[in-house]
Amino acid sequence: MTSTVVIDKAAPTRKVKYGSMSRDRTWALRWSYFFLTLFAIFSLVPPLYMVITSLKTSAEISAATNPWFVFHPTLSNYIELLTSNQFLTFFRNSALVSIFVVTITMLISVPAAFALARMRFWGSTILATGVFLTYLIPETLLFLPLFKMFVVFGELTGIQLINKWYVLLIVYPTLTVPFCTWIMIGYFASIPKELDEAAIIDGASWFQTLTRIFIPVALPGLIAATIFAFTVSWAQFLYPLVFTTSTDQLVLPVGIITTLIKGDVFAWGQIMTGALLGAAPPLIIYAFLMDYYIAGLTAGATKG
Amino acid sequence: MADVAIERSSAAPPQTARKRSSLRTALKRKSTAAFLMTLPLILLISLLVIYPAFYSLHLATLNKSMQRFVGFGNFQFLFKRETFWLVVEQSCIFAITAVVFKALIGFIVANFVHNIPAKGQRKWRGMLLVPWVIPPAMSTLAWLWLFDPSYSAFNYLLAGVGVDRIPWTGETGWARFSVILVNIWFGAPFFMIMYLASLKSVPDQLYEAAAIDGANWWQRTWYVTLPMMRNIIAITTLFSLIVTFANFDIVRILTSGGPLDHTHIFATWAFRIGIEGSDIPLGASVSLFMFPILAIAAIFILRDINKRGNEA
Repeated sequence: MTSTVVIDKAAPTRKVKYGSMSRDRTWALRWSYFFLTLFAIFSLVPPLYMVITSLKTSAEISAATNPWFVFHPTLSNYIELLTSNQFLTFFRNSALVSIFVVTITMLISVPAAFALARMRFWGSTILATGVFLTYLIPETLLFLPLFKMFVVFGELTGIQLINKWYVLLIVYPTLTVPFCTWIMIGYFASIPKELDEAAIIDGASWFQTLTRIFIPVALPGLIAATIFAFTVSWAQFLYPLVFTTSTDQLVLPVGIITTLIKGDVFAWGQIMTGALLGAAPPLIIYAFLMDYYIAGLTAGATKG
Repeated sequence: MADVAIERSSAAPPQTARKRSSLRTALKRKSTAAFLMTLPLILLISLLVIYPAFYSLHLATLNKSMQRFVGFGNFQFLFKRETFWLVVEQSCIFAITAVVFKALIGFIVANFVHNIPAKGQRKWRGMLLVPWVIPPAMSTLAWLWLFDPSYSAFNYLLAGVGVDRIPWTGETGWARFSVILVNIWFGAPFFMIMYLASLKSVPDQLYEAAAIDGANWWQRTWYVTLPMMRNIIAITTLFSLIVTFANFDIVRILTSGGPLDHTHIFATWAFRIGIEGSDIPLGASVSLFMFPILAIAAIFILRDINKRGNEA
């Protein structure tokens, strides 16, 4: 209120105000660019430092020269890692796990989201809330009971799940399915009701309505959910650390940390190269599909 | 209403074909179809989330070899240990400081990005979101290397301006600072993108009206932007509080709880005790302490979401 009164008094000096406003705006823009540059540097220092270190020999890493500059660039770290069996195994395990998890996640969450968004049935609202609450439960609360459960399961049935890469296919969906279902419910709910009503009247079954109408129309949401399921399963660290130990069963993040760090000896050149190669798939996907990624991030409410 | 009408019209043709296949009719019934579509989801949630959650309550009441019921014995033991209180203290410091700074930085950066012309925003958004895209286990390795005691790239820069070398992960205060810094680096982009989305949804007319009334930048932020963003701010903050409180990767890789257990948070300490110390019941008891925070945050988030639903 007070501010309005003050400005009414200042109204006659309108021309001056206009000039100062545009000057203010120019300065605001300059400050924005200045601070954005600072924040961008802060954001990009660790990845850039990965690149810098990955191009160095171990001799140069331990030399007392400027660590921020590469004097003798070499690709030896990359060659060494990409020709070592271990690293390729980790990469293959990561890729297999992620691809399977994405597929499983989509097969479970898309039909479920469709049912929850369109077919009101007994308990559907409770279930939708339940999905959301499940999504809030962090993996750090569940890893111990799950570990014990799998041990007991192995003792009872003779089927060993611990220390096999495919155990991750069972546990990762607990992280990806609730989120993907949640954002798919949102996307499906935004499709006009007339569309599927018309399809049902034309004699389409529920399944046909889903595959012929909902999936094509909500494709952007589907892509966003897929990217998410992929990034979550690619980045997961706790579950593989708990459930897998043999070198041939490890996924990338755990593999790099357990094989390249031997006691107190850190092969930094190789670790940084491995970390960079491990970060590459999500970064590449993000570079091409950034808009979907951001849409997915803001559609539901993501973990952060 | 519309649903009922559809039921009839779709049920009419199968009436004649019922004899041919009753299974098909059953599948066409809405509730059966819906149940089948959600069944995998229900199974997954109940077997791999709800059951383990209750199972961990049960585990927490057993002794180390899991043969004897000890009631609250594990909790009594925890309360007597000094490390436990260190973990409680550090979890709170870690989560609250990190979330406050993430929210603050996210808000400021979102405003800066919003300020610049729409044409260039995509590029900045892309660069600023990179920390969030890299798997935290990988980026924390880069931080670990930047903080390295003998070859620290940060200390090299500091030496350039004449500051003494800093024991980034070797000394309690600095180690706490380091894990929080890395968490802020990783999580701030998430706030940035959420706030940016909600900034874009504030109608321009409100700012125009405020500008005509002569509101300055501060007044526009305080009286227009913040009230419009209140819901998103609340939800994002609560989400982040849960995740930060339950963080594992960053602390585990950067300090693995050291020096002298001063940077352990609930998740990393539960891992240390439960998996590395193979005392699953005690570890489960530790991780159960995350539950109250979770429950409180969940209640607030659900309330907020309902409110948002009613407004729409």
